[in-house]
Amino acid sequence: MSELTKSSANLKIAKTIKLFIGGDFPRTESGRSMPVFQAKSKKLYANLCKASRKDLRNAVTAAQGAQHGWAAKTAYNRTQILYRMAEMTEGKREEFIEVLTGTLGYTKIQANKAVNEAIDAFVYYAGFADKYQQLVGTVNPVSGPHHNFTTSEPVGVVALVGNVKFNLGDLVAQIAAVIASGNAVIVIMANEGAASIAPLSEVFATSDLTKGVVNLLTGDLQELYPHMGTHMEINSISFQNSDKKVLGELKEMGATNMKRVIGPVKEQLSLDHLINFVEYKTVWHPIGN
Amino acid sequence: MRTISVQKEDGNQIAIQAYPIDEVGANERADFFTKRSLKKDSKLSALYLAMSMCDLTTLEGADTPGRVRQMCAKARNPVPPEMIAPLLEKKGFAPVPSVAAVCVYPSMVPHAVEALHGSGILVASVSTAFPSGQAPLQVKIDDTSFAVENGASEIDMVINRGAFLSGDYQTVFDEVVAIKKACKDAHLKVILETGELGSYDHVRLASEIAMEGGADFIKTSTGKVTPAATLPVTLVMLQAIKDFEKRTGKKIGMKPAGGIRTSKQAIQYLCMVNEVMGPDWMNPQMFRFGASALVNDLLKQIFKEAAGHYYYDKAFAQD
Amino acid sequence: MQTTHHKPFHLEYAPSIESTDIVKIEAKNKLFIDGKFVEPTSKKYFSTVNPATGSTLAQIADANAKDVDLAVKSARKAYSKVWSKMSGKDRGKYLFRIARLIQEHARELAVLETLDNGKPIKESRDIDIPLVAAHFFYYAGWADKLDYAIPGKDVKPLGVVGQVIPWNFPLLMAAWKIAPALACGNTVVIKPAETTSLSILLLAQIFQEAGLPDGVVNIVTGAGETGAAIVNHNDINKIAFTGSTEVGRIIQKAVAKTDKKLTLELGGKSAHIVYEDAAIDQAVEGAINGIFFNQGHVCCAGSRLLLEESIASEFVDKLKTRMETLRVGNPLDKNTDIGAINSAAEHSKIQKLIQTGISEGGEYFEPTSSQLPEKGFFQKPCFFNNVSSAFTLSRIEVFGPVLAISTFRSVSEAIAKANDTQYGLAAGIWSEKGSKIHKTAAGLKAGVIWANTYNKFDPSSPFGGYNESGFGREGGRHGLFPYLSI
Repeated sequence: MSELTKSSANLKIAKTIKLFIGGDFPRTESGRSMPVFQAKSKKLYANLCKASRKDLRNAVTAAQGAQHGWAAKTAYNRTQILYRMAEMTEGKREEFIEVLTGTLGYTKIQANKAVNEAIDAFVYYAGFADKYQQLVGTVNPVSGPHHNFTTSEPVGVVALVGNVKFNLGDLVAQIAAVIASGNAVIVIMANEGAASIAPLSEVFATSDLTKGVVNLLTGDLQELYPHMGTHMEINSISFQNSDKKVLGELKEMGATNMKRVIGPVKEQLSLDHLINFVEYKTVWHPIGN
Repeated sequence: MRTISVQKEDGNQIAIQAYPIDEVGANERADFFTKRSLKKDSKLSALYLAMSMCDLTTLEGADTPGRVRQMCAKARNPVPPEMIAPLLEKKGFAPVPSVAAVCVYPSMVPHAVEALHGSGILVASVSTAFPSGQAPLQVKIDDTSFAVENGASEIDMVINRGAFLSGDYQTVFDEVVAIKKACKDAHLKVILETGELGSYDHVRLASEIAMEGGADFIKTSTGKVTPAATLPVTLVMLQAIKDFEKRTGKKIGMKPAGGIRTSKQAIQYLCMVNEVMGPDWMNPQMFRFGASALVNDLLKQIFKEAAGHYYYDKAFAQD
Repeated sequence: MQTTHHKPFHLEYAPSIESTDIVKIEAKNKLFIDGKFVEPTSKKYFSTVNPATGSTLAQIADANAKDVDLAVKSARKAYSKVWSKMSGKDRGKYLFRIARLIQEHARELAVLETLDNGKPIKESRDIDIPLVAAHFFYYAGWADKLDYAIPGKDVKPLGVVGQVIPWNFPLLMAAWKIAPALACGNTVVIKPAETTSLSILLLAQIFQEAGLPDGVVNIVTGAGETGAAIVNHNDINKIAFTGSTEVGRIIQKAVAKTDKKLTLELGGKSAHIVYEDAAIDQAVEGAINGIFFNQGHVCCAGSRLLLEESIASEFVDKLKTRMETLRVGNPLDKNTDIGAINSAAEHSKIQKLIQTGISEGGEYFEPTSSQLPEKGFFQKPCFFNNVSSAFTLSRIEVFGPVLAISTFRSVSEAIAKANDTQYGLAAGIWSEKGSKIHKTAAGLKAGVIWANTYNKFDPSSPFGGYNESGFGREGGRHGLFPYLSI
């Protein structure tokens, strides 16, 4: 990559890194870009799209359109698709390693470890998609002739902001925790690891995932977060960034539509991470003749 | 919704809707009427009304002409006359009304008619191989005709539960039609024996069949099966009557029977009739209690209102 | 047949009034801080009225920020010195003891609730107060079993919890807030609604009787400013609020930049769907109970009745007939079905919305039978038929006995119409077909679904909403989550 200066016989075709919205790979409608540099040489690695408010809105629309169908799939099906993501990540190991070593300066060992963590995170939540319901669902012993049970449902459309410092395993865990229950997600990739959008979006694009369930945007957090906070069709925000000021503002803005704004979780791979993004529905029915 | 179809004598089919009933909801609604609280004048007038709605009943294998005559004497004079003057009249209470009817087996009808002559109290007779109804139709018709010819002005028939539960609604319908015919001018009360029907859905469907077949009244129970009348089962039947009236314009009467022993229960039924059916049903033409023990409890409560304290049970005849 | 008994008979229900002798209302009601009843620092009091008569019942202390601070300090001290150190087993025993004492004071609490709130005695006696006791019973048993609250998680209490509750179920909402908070090891500063402070102050006496350690529950009475002082206090770890979405939004903003945890139980415009295959008579009753229970002052009230077109006219006829038998009047009368509107302000808000409904062209119906008492705040139950979903009454929470009726033609249309709201608290479904009920329930965006029933509550059953109806659940195992650090 970026070996454009080599002889034309060996000229490599650089991959243009684009956004991932609704299962497609569009450029930002704004035509803006933001450069990512090679970790060691500090030379240009690639020009990433700098997503605009409009791109965010498009992503929300895509997510909204996809969420219902995704949630309506059987839990078993979601499990298999999440596991497929792990398989595809394994298949794209070299591409991940290339981005991580190239843009973040990881050693090969570090990069391999990061990919392993990503795979583990997909596998972890793949295994949870058809089980968490049994851990948080209840049959409630109401006093009276009624059958009463509580089930969990996805909260809907979730916007996700990852860690301040890029961590592939964490990011995958954060995405998987949100979608495992049937949510759709819009991920804002605004840190130094943003170039990993390229292999990551290909993983999602090739895992039989309903188009629009995962949407990845590279861009500037400071520019985009106010639009996340006020967008009425975003039901919840997973804010894993440690910037308390932005978290506070998101919560404040979220009051317009009672958004569930969730701050950083303690454990990336955990039940409570997943159930931060579910709603509980309790159904009553008489027991009679 | 399920619809069943039965054929009339003229060959025309009639469709009968099997309206579903939510059991828990019906029970809750019925329970609501147990929370109504009647005081003073309204309570007293309800007690008088309940009295006038009673069908004083004896339906025992051991019934004899003597036993029936005793019961008829009580029907004529629920209160010993010497008790009325010093208390009810002195306190300005109206005379206690007589009961609506006495209810006996067909063989006892002649004795009851004789004993009640000139009183205005009606004689009702159970028929159709009461209480089981397990006899050939011709026997049931003869049973009914005997009672009517001997002066019964009301017939309390039982439906064919065996036929109903086996899904043979045509037989159930045909029997009601045949008995209605045998009744001539007598009023027909159709006993569903709700305690054997198994569900409110069945109670509702049986009510519809009985009304379509020509019932003047529908009645819960024979008194020989537990559970007999309950508030919710009566509610389900009242609502069937209400809907039937809306559909056909015909007003059908209601008679809960069995298990209603206290004035408190009777008042709960009256509150229910009042709120579900309205004042048109608040008379003995449209509503009856099939109960005997109830009469004495009503008297006890009426005298308590007059005297300010309870009389002992023995003050009122046990018949 | 004989003709002697045939004059029409109208069964009149003479008033059957519950005696108020059982309650003694203090002329001046103080704050409950650190286990004692104390004067407000400002020495200011405000009046609470009996909405059924409009007359003043008592004076209530008006807590200011200073009083709230004292209450928080007391709660903090009780938290760190006593309550967080106590074993779960012992915390549970206190809660069991409180539950029993509530049962022993049931009659008193019911009468007081009816006097101050205006709800029918039948409801305070048979629903509110029994549920209050049940709630303490339920959570008492959780106190020493919190290890089982969330699988695989160690949990801890949060600390001091600030709670603000509404006037529609004054004591029940207090129980919903206090019982799980204490079971989880937190201590409490709670503010009742300014129009309904009396029953929770009687509960404070029950806490004293139970020997609950001082400061574990502190009660500060007052209006919005008192509530704001709680919400903004910097030594409170969590805020739990039940009330309007409007105030909920203000609270969410107020705590946004703090570490306070937050749960909100807000408004609703819940849909009540009746399919053509429903048990119609029970569904009519469900619709009645859904909107007229507690004068319609219920956040989960089934205020939008969606009828399948094929049964709509039959259903509306039955509804009208049934509404004629509703008895509006003196809440202390055991025969009253609909009591008084809680305050003059609420009453005029409801009347204004009814006027809006009329001007928007809804077909208005109110029963002709009931006569309203001359004094006090009373409202006839009513409905608007054939409302469009664009009408104000289809969208705005009335919080009164006002029903909006419209029709649908299919399951998908019923679900779409039901979900056409920013709220998501509850919904009702009536059908005798099980698979249809489950399909509909799955499609509805609401936290509580009543199928073939409505307005049922139980301490073991989680309650709470989607979307702008708030977040967090109260009741059941899920009701523990908001009071635990996970």
